[in-house]
Amino acid sequence: MNRYEAVIGLEVHVELKTDTKLFCGCSTEFGKEPNTQVCPVCLGLPGAVGVLNKKVVELATKAGLALNCAIGTYTWFDRKNYYYPDLPKGFQISQVFRPIAYQGHLDIDVNGATKRVNITRAHIEEDPGKLVHSGGSITTSRYSCVDYNRSGMPLIEIVSEPEMHSGEEAKAYLEKLKAILECIGVSDVKMEQGSLRCDANVSVRPVGTTTLGTKTEIKNMNSFRSVQYAIEYEVERQIDVLEDGGRVIQETRGWDENRGITVSMRNKENPDYRCFIEPELTPIELTEEWIEEVKASIPELPDARRKRLVEEHGLPEYDAGVITSSLALAEFFDATLKEFPDAKSISNWIMGELLRLLNARNMELSEAKITPSSLAALLKLIEKGSISNKMAKEVVEIMFDEGKEPDQIIKEKGMSQISDEGQLAQIIAEVIAKNPKSVADYQAGKKQAIGFLVGQIMKATKGRANPGLVNTMLRDKLAEEA
Amino acid sequence: MKITEQNVEQVALFSRLELTEEDKAVYTESLNTILDYLDMLDKLDTNNIEPAAHVLSFKNVFREDKLQSSLAKELVLVNAPEEEAGCFKVPRIV
Repeated sequence: MNRYEAVIGLEVHVELKTDTKLFCGCSTEFGKEPNTQVCPVCLGLPGAVGVLNKKVVELATKAGLALNCAIGTYTWFDRKNYYYPDLPKGFQISQVFRPIAYQGHLDIDVNGATKRVNITRAHIEEDPGKLVHSGGSITTSRYSCVDYNRSGMPLIEIVSEPEMHSGEEAKAYLEKLKAILECIGVSDVKMEQGSLRCDANVSVRPVGTTTLGTKTEIKNMNSFRSVQYAIEYEVERQIDVLEDGGRVIQETRGWDENRGITVSMRNKENPDYRCFIEPELTPIELTEEWIEEVKASIPELPDARRKRLVEEHGLPEYDAGVITSSLALAEFFDATLKEFPDAKSISNWIMGELLRLLNARNMELSEAKITPSSLAALLKLIEKGSISNKMAKEVVEIMFDEGKEPDQIIKEKGMSQISDEGQLAQIIAEVIAKNPKSVADYQAGKKQAIGFLVGQIMKATKGRANPGLVNTMLRDKLAEEA
Repeated sequence: MKITEQNVEQVALFSRLELTEEDKAVYTESLNTILDYLDMLDKLDTNNIEPAAHVLSFKNVFREDKLQSSLAKELVLVNAPEEEAGCFKVPRIV
């Protein structure tokens, strides 16, 4: 059995959704030409002093409340001093001593069990600039290029307690965090654009002990899945080191996605940041009344939504979990439900066809052309028997890509279902006449022979025959003939 | 002595200052003099004084989230010793 237990804490940086930076009016838009969204403040030019963006305080408070944190009514900024080319002032403005939010938690579900992960703090800080290393990696390049467009972007850093014990739990934590922050609209939470970034502190200890082992900090993970894999790799690596009689060194390690391993980046034994109160920015004093106002602006959170889908609409836990993991899916579901009352059938189509198409096309739901009311219209047509399930899957794909209404597609493609008994009886008679052997087999007791006959009928109608009706009518006919 | 020569060396390194042996002795001495001077504050009775967390007496100075124009590109890079593709070019970091 496993003699070691992994202990994992996550530090998540989330870019807040504002139009302008934390301390200046430069744009926060992503993907612009280097150094076109900078000014004396975010370039750290001597003498330039910034002023705090009010929206940041509001969004950070909202995030803190949604993560069940206490909100500091008297907080301020501090300087964290270190030298690095992406930090033009030589210090980062952060909240070291008094974070705006602290002592929160969120609940994750892993293997059917719910587990609470405590959140130590969530504080506001500025993002450094972006470095591009000429040789591809920091260790092999001769020089680096700095783009300060990202410098001064507003972040919150959300720090969890070291309370997770597997890569899977870490991934579930990130998914829940993302769902909550997306739901309250404080961030785009897109890992691929860097609006959500995660570092993992990982250590191992013998099972049954309570003191923490020496930790390493893992960086450079660009998807939730790589966070999980990087942690799993790092846990195994540390156990191997200990089993071989060695000791884990406290250091920063980078995840190498291609090789699937973590690589030592630098030793990090208690760097001296010489933190002190930022003297050029005023403290932030929040009233209970204002905090209550922000609280009132928080919409239904994913956990509550999920509970509602299970309790009020009878969805299985699993379905409700998948649908509420993304705000877009959850809103699509609710909108469809307004026009078509069968929740389970909607969730089947969302989790089946819709998610399959989104994955296949590598798209976001907002980019797809299908609308909730057109899905509801399609489900009504299936319910009425105007179209088979199988055909409906083709229709939904066209709705997804082209945005047409289902009845129009069915008409254009001649896909409507044949439910006319006279027409079906004629086709059934023809198929029976052409396949005497299968008929004989069926009547001799080989009941599975009926499958072949149904297949022939479907072929003759290009899949348009109403399958339920075909089955009943065919059985009756075969019984008659016996 | 509260501040040692090692402290001075460390602070000099942080600020990328090159100090001679003589400089180090002078600065160690003068920094300690400053700290000794501040020790006078310890003698004051602060029992009835509200603890001050921050040096500024005013609070909540905010700006609205309104876009302002950024610097023109040629001004941004005017102080850059070297540039490449619109970026500041810096020597190898590690």
